[in-house]
Amino acid sequence: MLDDLDRIGPVLVMAGVAALIIIWDFIPRPLPAARGKPLLFVALLGPAAAAAWTVSLLLRDAHIGCGPLDPLALSNAPLCPGGGGTLVEGVFSFANSVVLDDLTIFFFFLFAGIGAAIILASNDYAKRFGDYEAEFYALILFATSAMLLLSASRDLILIFVALEMTGITQYILAALQKDRRSTEAGIKYLLLGATASAVILYGMAFLFGLTGTTRLVAPGDELSIASVINERGGDLGAGLIMSLVFLIGGLSFKMSVVPFQMWAPDVYEGAPAPVAAFLSVASKAAAFAVVLRIFFEGLSGETVRGDWADIFAIVAAVSMTVGNVFALVQSNIKRLLGYSSIAQAGNFMVGLAAVSAAEGGLSLGASGVLFFIAAYAFTNLGAFIVVIAISARIGSDQIADYAGLARRAPLLAAALAFALISLTGIPPTAGFIAKLYIFNAAVESNLIWLVVVAVLNSVVSAFYYLKVAGIMFMGESANQESIATSAALKLVLGVAVIGILFVGIVPSPLLDAARDAASVFSQ
Amino acid sequence: MLSLLLFLPIAGAIACLVLPRSQEGKARVVATVFTLANLAIALALFASFDQGDNALQFAERRTWIDAADAGFNVQYFIGVDGLSATLVLLTGLLFLVAALISWNITLRPREYFAWLLALETAVMGVFAAQDLILFFLFWELELVPMFFLISIWGTGRKEYSAMKFVLYTLFGSALMLVGFLVLGFSQGTFDMVELAEADITSAAMSLNAVFFLILAAFAIKLPVFPLHTWLPDAHTDAPTAVSVILAGVLLKMGGYGLIRILVGILPDQFETFDVYLAALAAFSVLYGAVLTVRQTDLKRLIAYSSVSHMGYVLLGVAALGDVALTGAALQMFTHGTITALLFVMVGLVYDRTHTRQISDLSGLAHIMPIAATVFVIAGLASLGLPTMSGFVAELLIFLGSFDHFEIQTGLAVFGILLSAGYILWTVQRVFFGPRPQRWEHLTDTTNWWEQVAMAGLVAMIIGVGVYPATIVDVLESGIIRTLGFDQ
Repeated sequence: MLDDLDRIGPVLVMAGVAALIIIWDFIPRPLPAARGKPLLFVALLGPAAAAAWTVSLLLRDAHIGCGPLDPLALSNAPLCPGGGGTLVEGVFSFANSVVLDDLTIFFFFLFAGIGAAIILASNDYAKRFGDYEAEFYALILFATSAMLLLSASRDLILIFVALEMTGITQYILAALQKDRRSTEAGIKYLLLGATASAVILYGMAFLFGLTGTTRLVAPGDELSIASVINERGGDLGAGLIMSLVFLIGGLSFKMSVVPFQMWAPDVYEGAPAPVAAFLSVASKAAAFAVVLRIFFEGLSGETVRGDWADIFAIVAAVSMTVGNVFALVQSNIKRLLGYSSIAQAGNFMVGLAAVSAAEGGLSLGASGVLFFIAAYAFTNLGAFIVVIAISARIGSDQIADYAGLARRAPLLAAALAFALISLTGIPPTAGFIAKLYIFNAAVESNLIWLVVVAVLNSVVSAFYYLKVAGIMFMGESANQESIATSAALKLVLGVAVIGILFVGIVPSPLLDAARDAASVFSQ
Repeated sequence: MLSLLLFLPIAGAIACLVLPRSQEGKARVVATVFTLANLAIALALFASFDQGDNALQFAERRTWIDAADAGFNVQYFIGVDGLSATLVLLTGLLFLVAALISWNITLRPREYFAWLLALETAVMGVFAAQDLILFFLFWELELVPMFFLISIWGTGRKEYSAMKFVLYTLFGSALMLVGFLVLGFSQGTFDMVELAEADITSAAMSLNAVFFLILAAFAIKLPVFPLHTWLPDAHTDAPTAVSVILAGVLLKMGGYGLIRILVGILPDQFETFDVYLAALAAFSVLYGAVLTVRQTDLKRLIAYSSVSHMGYVLLGVAALGDVALTGAALQMFTHGTITALLFVMVGLVYDRTHTRQISDLSGLAHIMPIAATVFVIAGLASLGLPTMSGFVAELLIFLGSFDHFEIQTGLAVFGILLSAGYILWTVQRVFFGPRPQRWEHLTDTTNWWEQVAMAGLVAMIIGVGVYPATIVDVLESGIIRTLGFDQ
């Protein structure tokens, strides 16, 4: 039991710090205005402790367990210390519903990093939440801890619970600013989110009915969705297809892709800027983590692989086209980033579609998705942090108000320019390598038509991304006053820009990490 | 040494950016020093290039992205053969010229020179890269500097022209990327030397389709009719130095790609379609020339003349012979120097008169004798007068292509006639004729930086025209190497 808890330690500490903040906020203080600073540091404890715990798990090799002895002895895997089996990656806990493997660890680090970045970047903005500043930090931490749990779940029920936990915290976050727009965003997000959850649940129910279990994968020859599909995938027929369609439909809300993408620009526009940033990066990454777990592990049987890969390919093509075309006409930067995030999710999805029947045919596309998500995290956080800073100072999200920003805030303008270049996919940035790698995976899976659609979409996206960059550097602003930013925001912005450039110039470390994490699908 | 050539400009760009605001005027000195140093390296490289050796020289090879099992091994693999070495020299020369003629830039000079230097890295990279993905990286790297250089420091509809340039280039390169990925997947490598040596017979899609995907990028860049419409806008609205670079070296990236990648890696497909390419080339020559004659704006006039002159390059490449390809390569080099000089002179006239309308100008030769003389030299070179470099190149192209495409070559020769027409007519209208009162106050070129830039280009034009062997021998070794992969 203790070992099980240890393996989800990062989830627990993150949630623990969130609870601590809520309790701490009850203690009356004479000067409520003075509590911003310590709150920031307490909140940062969450991601820091989660990351430290993950490092310790990694150092103790807690993700490597003792599996059954390979009877064919094909692999030269080292034997367990006590003999009697070979070392395998991925350790189950809580009756096979949670797994700690390279993929979990990849997402633990990713979510801890995103959480820390959002907390630091919100320093300037959080004062707008007034009395609810502490709740803001606590909710971000709760949502992040739910995402950590999500990336480790290998059971449909646990996945649904964790999904709801991320969802509900995010509905509140969207409405936290309590003005008209924010409330509207929160309600809209809640209503659509509830519908999507029902659809997901319906798909899960189908899957349970067909297979008789909620476990996606299980060790040995225990019953699991994967084992049932491997045995009689062809016989499951229309029911399985129904469940695929419902699952993809419902999860497309979380991923913000067609057909449930319409909430993204509305919610991004209305929600407070840091929350929009969190939604566009963390929430999307969590959704793709779930999709990888459900489809690449539970439903990876060779008989169904092709079915969902085809659906993903079409959804990808439609999403990127819809996102880009609508982004062309936006005048609000948060709406623009909302549509751009739909298009980018379409790009990630190219990796989901790039699976083949060949050995390792799953891990190639998956590693592309993981690399793209991490690169996108740096990039979109960079873009949103600038939006947060501007929004906190000038109180406007209109692109026209970004004119002449290069004079007023040269560092912010340069950072946003790098982020936009990376979103377009122009070197030397992370986005360039991410697109290159994922398109390569698609070509190797014979999806050349999808790659053609994707590259042409990149051309379209260049128009609106570069237009914003152009306005910042060319336009003239009536107000020449310079825009000051806090040290915390500068720090996290610096990290994002360095990340964008570092991954663009030296991609190997991140690529190796993504490939390691994706290797869990080739077992 | 080659890496230094690639990364020295980036170092210069950073040096420009970190200058304090009070010292921002020094950016032009920094840029000049760095481009001069780069030209010195390019010259040293060219001088020590061994023409007898048909292999890649000064090659450097390192693993950059190692993901072999994912079919994604990318190398930092650079090297030059005769073709690359010559274009690298041209790049070094023209960027120094560009830095010199930008000395009068006062609007945000630190950023301007930083972008210019970043652009040099991108262009050098394209000519030196020997890995398809690396080539693609440098090809795209050029976009952002160009976007800002045109849209901030340009004139007229600068934002529109900058965006048009970027979108056209991106459109071509997006299709090119698909072609590269398919090629890389079919052979398991992106190494351009290995790909050229391999006999590629099949891929995930028809090789003809791959050929056209890649051709799109180069045909837009060169440019070839009907994909040329970005060119007059971009050339006209760009600042003078950027027009010099655009016409002088960026168009050559298209011609270079045609030879290096399409002729080198997909020779069979090239041979299948060469008749059509030659026809397109001949049409481009004539169409570009006819449009040139009709222009009333000096910069647009030279821009359209580039369409016509780049048609010769395509004609030479399409003939796929040793002589014609060498001519095409030489035409890229000479057109680079000649058009650069023409743009420098137009920029100089525009600086003083603030108009580029030919009808506003007249009799400038009396007031600006030096400028007029240099313009006439550049013009004569452009129309292919013997003892100037343009003549040698065009002669080689026609000699080489006439055997293969009699009709196309025969038509293209008329381009020479038209170019003589528009050049001489322009010279007559702008520099001769009545001497209007309104231009009496103009001064001739007096700034040393302009004179150095002009003198360097004139020396190169006449030098190559009188003794072409210095360039031609090196180019030919590169061409022989490229054609040699075929056997």
